[in-house]
Amino acid sequence: MAIWCTGLAIDRWRLSEGLARGQGADAEPLALIEDTAHGPRIAAANHAAQVAGAVPAMRLADARTLCPALGVRPADPAGDLALLENLALWSQRWGPWSALDPPDGLLIDTTGVAHLFGGERTLLADAINAFTRRGLGIRAALAPTAGAAWALAHFGPEAAIIAPGDDPMVRLGGLPAAALRLDDDVILLLRRLGLKRLGDLHGLARDALARRFRNRRSAASNPLLRLDQLLGRLPEPLLPVISVTAPLVQRRLMEPIRHRTLLDQVVADLAEDMARLLEALGQGARRLELGMWKVDGDVAIRRLEMAAATRDPAHLCRLFATRLDDVDAGFGIELVRLRASWTEPLALAQAQLDAAAERHGTSLAACVDRLTVRLGPEAVRRPIAHASHLPERAQRWQPPLIDLPSSQEEFAFHHRPLKILDKPESVAVIYETPDGLPRRFRWRGEVHEIARAEGPERIAPEWWRERSTVRLRDYYRIEDAAGRRYWIYRHGVIGDGRGGAPEWFIQGLFA
Amino acid sequence: MPEPAPITDPADLMPGLIRGIGASERTPHWRPGLATGCAQSEMFASAREASGAGLALALAQDALRMAAPDPTADTPDHRPFLWVQDKAALRLSGRPYLPGLPAELRHRLIHVAATTPEDALFALEEGLRCRDLAFVIGEIAGNPRALDFTASRRLGLAAEKHGVPLWLIRLDARHDLGAARMRWRVEAAPSPPPRWNAHAPGATTWAAELFRAHTYQPGKWILRDDGLALVAQPYANASPPDHGDLVHGAGDRSLAAF
Repeated sequence: MAIWCTGLAIDRWRLSEGLARGQGADAEPLALIEDTAHGPRIAAANHAAQVAGAVPAMRLADARTLCPALGVRPADPAGDLALLENLALWSQRWGPWSALDPPDGLLIDTTGVAHLFGGERTLLADAINAFTRRGLGIRAALAPTAGAAWALAHFGPEAAIIAPGDDPMVRLGGLPAAALRLDDDVILLLRRLGLKRLGDLHGLARDALARRFRNRRSAASNPLLRLDQLLGRLPEPLLPVISVTAPLVQRRLMEPIRHRTLLDQVVADLAEDMARLLEALGQGARRLELGMWKVDGDVAIRRLEMAAATRDPAHLCRLFATRLDDVDAGFGIELVRLRASWTEPLALAQAQLDAAAERHGTSLAACVDRLTVRLGPEAVRRPIAHASHLPERAQRWQPPLIDLPSSQEEFAFHHRPLKILDKPESVAVIYETPDGLPRRFRWRGEVHEIARAEGPERIAPEWWRERSTVRLRDYYRIEDAAGRRYWIYRHGVIGDGRGGAPEWFIQGLFA
Repeated sequence: MPEPAPITDPADLMPGLIRGIGASERTPHWRPGLATGCAQSEMFASAREASGAGLALALAQDALRMAAPDPTADTPDHRPFLWVQDKAALRLSGRPYLPGLPAELRHRLIHVAATTPEDALFALEEGLRCRDLAFVIGEIAGNPRALDFTASRRLGLAAEKHGVPLWLIRLDARHDLGAARMRWRVEAAPSPPPRWNAHAPGATTWAAELFRAHTYQPGKWILRDDGLALVAQPYANASPPDHGDLVHGAGDRSLAAF
């Protein structure tokens, strides 16, 4: 069964405003607009606006000339998609599997369920009724394949049904070529070739079409693949929507609590409940949300993210303890709810009877969690290599327990400093000749006599991502008279046409 | 006041700890490759150079090499290590750079950028309590009020209890009171000329002075990591100790020397 919500965005707007169809603000022309590079564009328009001439995909400026009274609201594609996901789950009442057909369609597998509703006709009527009761305008169709049902829902007659025994081409032959779910350019090409109806395509020799449309990777650009899917000669897998409920535990409190010790006790109880729940599921929590509902209706939410999946109640309590310091209880907290919004599989582990006593101390994941909770996720990181010649871009930072990405080995002949400064510091350098080795430099108010130097190692700017005026760098590895080793560079060369005299910077400190 | 009973059985003492008459002659000298068992070391270094961090890494690697391998372990030791820096240390001497780290430690680094010395001390202590870390390196600039003798002793106790060694680098710091078992003063030393280009800087070299140690005689060495092990040679132009200056506090001064 295919369902097409004909005006999903407008219906959603109307429902959010609490209006009936064609009443209140919906009686006036109204359009939902989206911002594009060429100015605002109409994403959806209500019935009054369409009568006045404002249709989707029109520029707002053009529509205003046709209909000066046009009201606008911003479109919300993400919200529409979320509604569609909810609808997909809800529509599993008519079949065990349902799939999204973005931006405004649903596909439901109703194989072998029609008799539960008393036949296909009543099933379809039930679906249309249910959607209409929700205030959503839809067109629906039933067919043996998803492609045929989609074509009928979009272009066929109202509530069309193809029974399994029927010849689909008899019913579908009159539909336009756009019913094949093709890309716009392919539809345009088909129209130029004079193939306007499905019947025209079906009548042609397969070889001719196969020669013309060679892209077999994407079905949306190959009418032959789409036709085969529509007729059931090729399989078309659907990606079903499956609802996953986040594990949730809560405590309703008889007396509102206002004191921290009581709250700690409740959190400890909740952590143990959550551990029991997660253990039964074989899961460990990566992200937890603790919601505290107060008497006056206010909600305080504290989120926690763990470096590795865990369900250890003591660890969770300890992490939450630092987060609860700034909770304002107000007139009291009457409901505390703990929800694991992100879980990962975590198998049961053998408890170590003797080793546990001997190998005391925390695990790495617990240590990282404690550090992250106090210092913030940006403070605890590990460096990873990044493919870049520029020294400051050659390393990036990622959370500590994520797997290392694969990377190439560094060149062994490059000498790189043990530490680099976050921002290269300017130094005053005296050198022999304009392009020669440096002799002496002043950094942070102290003069360093350079005893030995090696260089230059020239590192050019990355022209594919930087402007053409960025200067190259000549790096020198130097050692001063006291033996201190630095990595300094000259920014640019004399006469490169990218600025005045080159400046010198210190970037790294060798061990 | 009763005399403490003299300890006669050397087996009761920590390895290398000698007491009694003539103890200073019989106290062993430190050399690289010695399993010191020292859980907390402090390195005083200038913030204008990375010698402190370099020597700390070299000594930590040396200690890892010397540690007896676990007979039951079937994989080599790839435990990560923690490197904690406070904000001032990060600003003064930069942050660790992956391509410049020693090859066997390169992918084991977990870096903690703490804002205040208090946060850095918290991170250090949490790291020392973690059984999955090979060692912990801390870098704290100056003499913050939070890093007093109590905090230092606290770190030492945590390190000894959990067996995770701590190398604390003090950048531009006075030698104030501290509970570290070994205290070093580190600075860069001129490197030996490399084989192929005599004008280029050579292998990393440090002049390290062990000025306070629990179980070893103080001394000063030229240390160099030659890739396989730490190599030490005695410091050549050692000047006689200068006692002319006035002492402004107890600090780390060896009271017996005066």
